[in-house]
Amino acid sequence: MKALCWHGKQDIRCDEVPDPKIEHPRDAIVKVTSCAICGSDLHLYDGFMPGMESGDIMGHEFMGEVVEVGSENKKLKVGDRVVVPFTICCGECDQCRRGYFSVCERSNRNKSVGDKVFGHTTAGLFGYTHLTGGYAGGQAEYVRVPYADVAPVKVPSNLTDEQVLFLGDIFPTGWQAVVQCDIEPTDTVAIWGCGPVGQFCIRSAVMLGARQVIAIDRVPERLAMARAGGATTIDFETESVVERLNDLTGGKGPEKCIDAVGLEAHATATLDSMYDRAKQAVMLETDRPHVLREMMYVCRPAGVLSVPGVYGGVLDKIPFGMAMNKSLTIRTGQTHVNRWTDDLLKRIEEGQIDPTFVITHRASLADGPELYKTFRDKHDGCVKVVLQP
Amino acid sequence: MLDRTRMPSASTAHALARGLGWFSLALGAAELFAPRALTRRIGLRGQEGLVQACGAREITTGIGLLTTSQPAPWLWGRVAGDVLDLATLAAGSDGSSRRRGARGLAMAAVLGVTALDVAAALAASGTERPRRRLTYGYDRRRGFRDLPDRMRGIARDAVVPKDMRFPEKLRPWGGGGS
Repeated sequence: MKALCWHGKQDIRCDEVPDPKIEHPRDAIVKVTSCAICGSDLHLYDGFMPGMESGDIMGHEFMGEVVEVGSENKKLKVGDRVVVPFTICCGECDQCRRGYFSVCERSNRNKSVGDKVFGHTTAGLFGYTHLTGGYAGGQAEYVRVPYADVAPVKVPSNLTDEQVLFLGDIFPTGWQAVVQCDIEPTDTVAIWGCGPVGQFCIRSAVMLGARQVIAIDRVPERLAMARAGGATTIDFETESVVERLNDLTGGKGPEKCIDAVGLEAHATATLDSMYDRAKQAVMLETDRPHVLREMMYVCRPAGVLSVPGVYGGVLDKIPFGMAMNKSLTIRTGQTHVNRWTDDLLKRIEEGQIDPTFVITHRASLADGPELYKTFRDKHDGCVKVVLQP
Repeated sequence: MLDRTRMPSASTAHALARGLGWFSLALGAAELFAPRALTRRIGLRGQEGLVQACGAREITTGIGLLTTSQPAPWLWGRVAGDVLDLATLAAGSDGSSRRRGARGLAMAAVLGVTALDVAAALAASGTERPRRRLTYGYDRRRGFRDLPDRMRGIARDAVVPKDMRFPEKLRPWGGGGS
């Protein structure tokens, strides 16, 4: 089959690889009908995440048709149409039983590595380094889904792939980021980053009733899309983010701040980002946490910082004294996708939201390598790429 | 015209640029912190200040190469720096005939590095595209069936799980307010 494979920094190729096989009775094989390139795939593309090996199949946003099921899988049958959440979960461990699917204790088959690196393992993820299991991803014609009797979400035939594809990651990720802010009707929510997750944060904040939603970015088309979704926008290249946020909140700062940027904050916009980039280049720091610093500074005391943006390792010069003295609550984490999928699927079916708004590029799998670059460079108005194998 | 089929891949060009970036840092540090030893060896005594300035330039270029995702301009900057270094070596003799051989060797080394810089700059230029800045009509991509203000709060019926509720002790008295 064909698959997009990682071969090194900025080197993704569409390769011919062996078809996946059932390896465990709970597995299923899914024929991928649509998949997407996620912003967090770019951290792999740019070489910021450790644990990748040449030939690893990329991709953790995908859906398709079940073509084979293991003997113990009672949930799925051949022909089912499913969206597969990016977090692999067993459904039985302590964490899964509590709903913390993204920190499943059993699905990371490289658990010992996870334990060493993170203290305790997190869940296995599709196409996302050998720290999280080294599972083949979904930017491929077929994919093996472990524990396929737990996470895959069956979707009705009256909805198109593009309407439901993002239930596997970016829609629940944006939703959880806002839900864990516990929105009050009087809240101002500030969202850093108007990429795909940021766009879903904006829509989720509006749907959950925030009084004011403010979105921060520098790319004109992304800011336009943010405004279309109901946000007031700040272009950080031409305006002071702190001054504008204070102006928009009567000098008090936003109650809820969301970091939808993560470890690759724009490297030349601020002095601290340039400092981070220089330290990152000589391997004295792994991430560029400008957004975290700015959120801690501008957030209203007793406010909440929610961090769906992906961080990978060691961050420098975090003003934690500021966070502590301001009584800030910090909520983080990969998304516990299955906590939200039923509710969000219902909202899509009811027409409350149409997730296709975010798609700007559609292409074949073979065009994937070029579109990684287009997406990374934000060229050609690229916000979200959907690939059809 | 560049033969794209023979150009190194983006990752190869990037790896070469990073290697040259580290080389720039090392050379720059030597020029900045040990100018006397360097000028003595290549017969440029009395020009320590100039060598230190070159060192500062090398360090700046090194950091640039190690931090950018588009290394071509920095690599062409290195090529320009190489030309300056060659001119300095050619013109800056302190009259020491004993060091003429060493200076010749230094010039040969700089010429070799220049060739590598030119090759890397050509390769990187071949893998980079000019950045387009167009605007797109995304201002109608609401994602909602109605205007956002009419959709505000439509999901207030969503249940916020207990473990994601705002800690009670931090919840504003009287239901909040700004």
